Amino acid sequence: MSFFLETLVGGLLAGVMYSLVAIGFVLIYKASGVFNFAQGSMVLFAALTFVTLREAHWSFPAALAVTLAIMVAGAIAIERFVLRSLVNQSDLTLFMATLGLSFVIEGLGQLLMGASVHELDLGIDDVPIQIGFIQVSQFDLVAAATAGALVLILSIFFNFTRTGVSLRAIADDPLAAQSIGIQLPALWRIVWGVAGGVALVAGLLWGARQGVQFSLTLVVLKALPVLIIGGFTSIGGAIVGGLLIGASDSLAEIYVGNLLGGSVSTWFAYVVALVFLLVRPAGLFGERPIERV
Amino acid sequence: MSLAQADLAATGLSAAPDEVLRPAPTSVLPRALGAIGIAALYGLAFLPNDYWFNAILIPFLIMALAGLGLNLLTGYAGLASLGSGAFMSVGAFATYNLLLRAPALPLAASLILGGGFAAAAGVLFGLPSLRIKGFYLAAATLAAQFFLPWLFNQYGWFSNYTTSGSISAPRLVAFGRDLSHPAGRYLLTLTAVVLLTALARNIVRSQTGRNWMAIRDMETAAAVGGIPVGFNKLAAFAVSSFILGIAGALWAFAYLGTVDASSFDLNRSFTILFIIIIGGMGSIAGAFIGSAFVILLPILISHLAESAFGGAVDAGQLQNLEKILFGSLIVILLIKEPHGLTALAAKFRTRLRQWPLKV
Repeated sequence: MSFFLETLVGGLLAGVMYSLVAIGFVLIYKASGVFNFAQGSMVLFAALTFVTLREAHWSFPAALAVTLAIMVAGAIAIERFVLRSLVNQSDLTLFMATLGLSFVIEGLGQLLMGASVHELDLGIDDVPIQIGFIQVSQFDLVAAATAGALVLILSIFFNFTRTGVSLRAIADDPLAAQSIGIQLPALWRIVWGVAGGVALVAGLLWGARQGVQFSLTLVVLKALPVLIIGGFTSIGGAIVGGLLIGASDSLAEIYVGNLLGGSVSTWFAYVVALVFLLVRPAGLFGERPIERV
Repeated sequence: MSLAQADLAATGLSAAPDEVLRPAPTSVLPRALGAIGIAALYGLAFLPNDYWFNAILIPFLIMALAGLGLNLLTGYAGLASLGSGAFMSVGAFATYNLLLRAPALPLAASLILGGGFAAAAGVLFGLPSLRIKGFYLAAATLAAQFFLPWLFNQYGWFSNYTTSGSISAPRLVAFGRDLSHPAGRYLLTLTAVVLLTALARNIVRSQTGRNWMAIRDMETAAAVGGIPVGFNKLAAFAVSSFILGIAGALWAFAYLGTVDASSFDLNRSFTILFIIIIGGMGSIAGAFIGSAFVILLPILISHLAESAFGGAVDAGQLQNLEKILFGSLIVILLIKEPHGLTALAAKFRTRLRQWPLKV
């Protein structure tokens, strides 16, 4: 029983790490309807920049601030050179553009900062601590707390600041929002900048866990089922989806994986998401579109 | 011609109503160009240089076929899919097992049956399309993309229990002739592509094709208009996966020479999606133009980079440069012509037609 609980809790905490990546998706999808496949590359780029600065003996806060500044500058450049020219194009075209963008970001990151694996030490020991009768990784707890704090900050931002309310207006009805004077390009810059910041947090935690390397971009693929379950437009959904995927993934790895005689982690989350979609076509918290002729 | 008839002709009206309804005669020019193009492609089989077959012509044709398959689903029926690579793998593994376990079957029958298995997989993984659409559907097709190649790797039966995971393709023989040499593999590929392109072209011009486009343009309206939406969506998945399956089998047998699940990964699916977006959604020619772009551009870029920086920059950095260049070109192309190269060609043709009068 305690083994089951440990697997479950471990899975839930790992799921929070997926949520961190999924939140970046949700932010951009909500504000601009863009399914941003470059989020994974942004995670890699942020982690690479941070680790390179740290290896050049910058202090932790300075490296963090400079990386954040670079991510925001990147967001402004993306808005100016890519999104602005693609206004009103089909969703699929925008998706492909972000795919092209991910090639550019990955290539640029590795060109400037090398493709070797970097160690990233955040000063948090990955040691198990005893809670009640189960063991939980300290690192996972810190990651979960960080994600929780991030969600809290983002919800305050979205619900109580003027910018946040404008963002929700844009998400609700872009035309009406613009006609009352909300500046769409400015908001896109903000939201891509915030997504860059979220990518930085995700990059730090994932990078500390598995080393800063190219495979960081693959966390995107773990975040997609999270998005399906939570809905593309809900930050809370990303967290709930992450928990569900994390828990079912690690339980399936133990119980279903043994049954089938192999690792099932590459696809199990997608099958869970698929079953979920058959019951709730817009995810748990996604907006159900109203169809009219 | 009587005076009254001349008057009518001058006003551009036709006398008999049935003449008004008759469709405009199709221009002979596109058909002639198509025939010349096919003849020229067959003529290329006499090329003395194997590099052209192995590195350019065969991958170009197969990826064009795959693009065609996805274009039926995404461009005509409006269903986005990221599982194209998985359906290709089904075709490849099914054909391999048919050739292995039913050697009496001729090559063509194995290919078609392999496509049939892929079509069945397409229908199965297309079932969610009855409930969901847009990016939710695209993300759901990823289940196929991750599950099917895993299945072929996991269970040795599919690869006849080879230890290495990748298996060499059996000999290709059709009508008593050995097709294992580059020109033979090229001819096999070309024949399959010509036949399937004709099939696809006829389907999109049939009732089924019109149903697909109606669903793509507005699903609710199509349903109200009496089109069986669910059946047509699944039919689109079946036809698209059938073509993708044959493309997958050709990719394994005519191009790589091995059947390997890892050659049908997510990147393969993205490449096929690139082909139809760059070439033009909902256009048969678009798949070919897009495939030429996607196959030739990286070769061109790497040759250029090689001659510009060769030796000065190490191979890894060169690869990063190529990646940046390829990504930027895609973004630039999408900005300049979001409807693909086919739209660009059409614009160019109109300008050419009006040329002396209007620039």
